[in-house]
Amino acid sequence: MDEMQEIIKNYVIKEYVEDDTELTYDSPLISGGIVDSFSMVSLKRFLENKYNIAIPDDKATPEAFDSVNKICALVREYVK
Amino acid sequence: MAYTENTRGMYSEILTGLQDAGLFKQERYIHSSQAADIEVEFPAGAPLKKVINICANNYLGMSSHPEVVKAAHEGLDSHGYGMSSVRFICGTQDIHRTLEQMVTQFLGTEDTILFPSCMDANAGVFEAVLTKDDVMISDRLVHASIIDGIRLCSAMHDTFKHSDMEHLEEKLQLHNDKRLKCVITDGVFSMDGDTAKLDKMVELCEKYDALLFVDDSHSSGFIGKTGRGTHEQYGVMGKIDIITTTFGKGLGGASGGCVSGRRELVEMCRQKARPYLFSNTIAPPVVAGVIKVLEILSASTDRRDKLEKNTEFWRKGLTEAGLIIKAGDTPIVPVMLFNAKLAQDVSRDLYDQGIYAIGFFFPVVPQGQARIRTQISAGHEIHHLEKALEAFRKVGKKYDILGKSKQEIIERYGM
Repeated sequence: MDEMQEIIKNYVIKEYVEDDTELTYDSPLISGGIVDSFSMVSLKRFLENKYNIAIPDDKATPEAFDSVNKICALVREYVK
Repeated sequence: MAYTENTRGMYSEILTGLQDAGLFKQERYIHSSQAADIEVEFPAGAPLKKVINICANNYLGMSSHPEVVKAAHEGLDSHGYGMSSVRFICGTQDIHRTLEQMVTQFLGTEDTILFPSCMDANAGVFEAVLTKDDVMISDRLVHASIIDGIRLCSAMHDTFKHSDMEHLEEKLQLHNDKRLKCVITDGVFSMDGDTAKLDKMVELCEKYDALLFVDDSHSSGFIGKTGRGTHEQYGVMGKIDIITTTFGKGLGGASGGCVSGRRELVEMCRQKARPYLFSNTIAPPVVAGVIKVLEILSASTDRRDKLEKNTEFWRKGLTEAGLIIKAGDTPIVPVMLFNAKLAQDVSRDLYDQGIYAIGFFFPVVPQGQARIRTQISAGHEIHHLEKALEAFRKVGKKYDILGKSKQEIIERYGM
């Protein structure tokens, strides 16, 4: 567990989870119906603001956003 | 490509999958006019059955109103059957503009443009008025037609939790750098029957300089003291930038829809909205019918007042019977059953008792929120509602759900 995983997981819970669904770092977010692809934009903007990065639109795919761990991997590609 | 046996087999498999999953939709043939009392053939080939309809969007009972039918006949005689053209070539008659002006006056807006349906209005409006420099922020429970319209638009899209004004404000702050922000909501949400908090939304839109879009399809004609819609109910008439609505529900029930709102935004639709540019508009007899509907509703609030009384009676009756309904004051009254099979069984048994009401379950509503959606009409008389309540009591007793909590129903039938 690292800080980035925890920050992103907490954001996802606050932003998208409206019941008692439990979330792990590997829970399928988009394919599991927790985050709808329409709502991904706020997650992308949150990550860009939080880590002061710019994620190209073609990299912000439903596959790349499908779990906390995958998002962390994506963010790390752009953090200097 | 030829339609090969393999291709046929592929589609047959998909359709069988829908049947196996209980998601296959079957039409029921109604042999009478749309009304409180209808004659239904179901399943196909079965003898006709007289039932009370409590699942139509015929909120004001205008679908077969004699004056509306007469006006449509006269419109057919005076203006013909169809236009054989889109609006801007040679498909606009005087009555189309008359109807646009009447809707503008009825809704208290600046201008109106007709669309073949509200589905088309919602599909065309966002693309016509927004660009990639803008953002659309929609309630997470907006109607499917709005979602399709959003998909067709190049603007960024984000959502806020259903009716959560704090979350909406966070989103308005998050996207404050955009050229235009457009907040998007239904006026009345069709599955739950609750209303958008338009007074709060107007405040937020004014604070953050955002446009406000409301689809009032399940409101126009009966929500608000004179039936103008949710913007009347919340005291914000003149403050909604874009209203879309349908003539396929309370306002006559035939077909057609419109975008009504700020003059320039309506004009943008006239210049750019693809369903307006590339499809014939509403047929002349229907236009004549809707004009009559608006005349009737502008002259008297009797029908919406009767609907309000019927709705109160119905909500009270269901609650007293021990059924769980979604709270609210609109004529959309969902009876919560939580389990999909239970919803289908109750619907079938109600039909056997002479009551036509449909079960809704996932994916139309979230998992575990299956229900019978009932919709009350000014066309109902108290004896219709009493008979329907009696059927609900009888069927509810059979399944032992009367007076039971959500937890008890779920424990017995599952989610």
